[in-house]
Amino acid sequence: MSAPVTTHTEASAVLSINNIYLLIGFVVMFLVVKTLQDQGHPKKWTTALFWFLFGSVFLFGDLSIKMFGPSITYQWVGFSVLAIALLAGLGKVSMGSYDMPTDAELEISSNRIGNRLFVPAVMIPIVTVVCTLLLNNINIANIYLFDQRHVTLAALTLACTLALLVGWKITSGSPLLALSESRRLVDSIGWAAILPQMLAMLGGVFIVAQTGTAIQDLVTLFISPDNRFMLVVLYCVGMALFTMIMGNAFAAFPVMTAGIAVPFLIQGHGASPAPLVAIGMYSGYCGTLMTPMAANFNIVPAALLDLKDKYQVIKVQIPTALTLLAINILLMYGVIFND
Amino acid sequence: MNELNLLPLIGIAVVVLGFALRFNPLLVVSIAGLVTGWAVDLDFLTLIGTFGEKFMNARQLASFLLILPVIALCERYGLQQRAKSWIASIKSATTARILSLYFVVRECSAALGLLSLAGHPQTVRPLLAPMALGAATNLHGPLPKHIKDMISAHAAACDNIAVFFGEDIFIAFGAVLLMDAFLKENGIEGIEPLHIGLWAIPTAIAALIVHLFRLARLEAKISQQMQEHTNNQTHTLSEKLS
Repeated sequence: MSAPVTTHTEASAVLSINNIYLLIGFVVMFLVVKTLQDQGHPKKWTTALFWFLFGSVFLFGDLSIKMFGPSITYQWVGFSVLAIALLAGLGKVSMGSYDMPTDAELEISSNRIGNRLFVPAVMIPIVTVVCTLLLNNINIANIYLFDQRHVTLAALTLACTLALLVGWKITSGSPLLALSESRRLVDSIGWAAILPQMLAMLGGVFIVAQTGTAIQDLVTLFISPDNRFMLVVLYCVGMALFTMIMGNAFAAFPVMTAGIAVPFLIQGHGASPAPLVAIGMYSGYCGTLMTPMAANFNIVPAALLDLKDKYQVIKVQIPTALTLLAINILLMYGVIFND
Repeated sequence: MNELNLLPLIGIAVVVLGFALRFNPLLVVSIAGLVTGWAVDLDFLTLIGTFGEKFMNARQLASFLLILPVIALCERYGLQQRAKSWIASIKSATTARILSLYFVVRECSAALGLLSLAGHPQTVRPLLAPMALGAATNLHGPLPKHIKDMISAHAAACDNIAVFFGEDIFIAFGAVLLMDAFLKENGIEGIEPLHIGLWAIPTAIAALIVHLFRLARLEAKISQQMQEHTNNQTHTLSEKLS
């Protein structure tokens, strides 16, 4: 379901979203080549295949739509997605080998460069925000610098490029080295890097299957759709509880938002979407703080710190989590309604 | 009354079950999608096509990949070491103050997208927990296990809470892009990731205030528990002697 696009927003842009996808595609394919060259990689072929399938969607997706039409393209992308999930599910995606400098060498270069090391990283958000605010309408002969429907992302791309150049100046490490080094980070994130996109996809399937409607029917059994405050409570508490069950706010978000927030609050009461989703996601995070299902955050540290009670981190977090959940409910109720 | 059709909800059950049984989330999510499509009688190829279409429409979620080369380059030249020596240079006496300062720095840097600067293995275990424990030991002498555990747990909690409520301000973080993609997919136009990031700020500030308030009371709690502990010990000691 693509939204109707008016003619003037279709004006071409240097940093159009399609060009950004191509750039991401090239970055991922570069990592694929680096993975194939990694002789010490235990799962070289399958890891490379995993990222190749992912990169293809970016590099060839739009081209394929132009050449073969959307329906064939969506089908091969769909099968790629299944293959990606299968490779990850069978544990065929892993870290490789990387030649990082020794701790002593890192220490020396960290002392040599000093706090300037923070500059490129801190630049990214600052440049992004400044460009979004100042440069968003810049155009020459009706060719915009930034994609008008994705201004923030275009600004982010520009910021990353500038940060790479500044990083080159500060560290003397070239952008090419930076790309090679990023394989270490991408591999350590691994399949989790694709999870948000998969969840967005599942949300899309839920829309087609009208899962939201089923949740709406369930909700109306318990709560009057006119009661704004109870709807806000239901959405926030629902996000927290659902996150506790799944251990992941990202997974809870599409379900609860499509089921409660969009139909009842946005469409029903004209709630403002940006604060609604931002605070809704944070309500989910309150749930993350209270569940052993989020093992990375709550159980692993207990083991790392040698705590006798493995739930102690959760116990310490519960008072803050519950207070913030209450604050979120009041805040959301206070800011999302315009009338 | 229209009939309540719960079949489309089957996918949610699959997700819950799959996550609970600790299957790989990518696999769980795909199977949940397949099962949902099957439950509402969607033709298989149409369903696969829907998978592909929705996956392609959510590609902006991957734009965080563009940030990683910058971070990786800085790390290659000692960014984490820099952050560590910075934390280690904090010279404040009390447990609460060390944890509070860490909390503020961690939340602010997460808001700038610097998520991998610190973490449980990188900073909490080697630096923050020992420093917090050290400060308490300086003040109270040797600590019993349960008080040590409480302080360590607070160190871990500081890291979690600070990161969680700081990161959503950063517009290229997965959560913000996920929300953005979700709104666009549902036909709600005109919202930029920047708006969502801005609306994350009030809760981020609330988290800061609430948790710093709790940390401020931690010092008194440690003293009180130490007192109880010493009382118990002298009690059992005098019982043994008599």
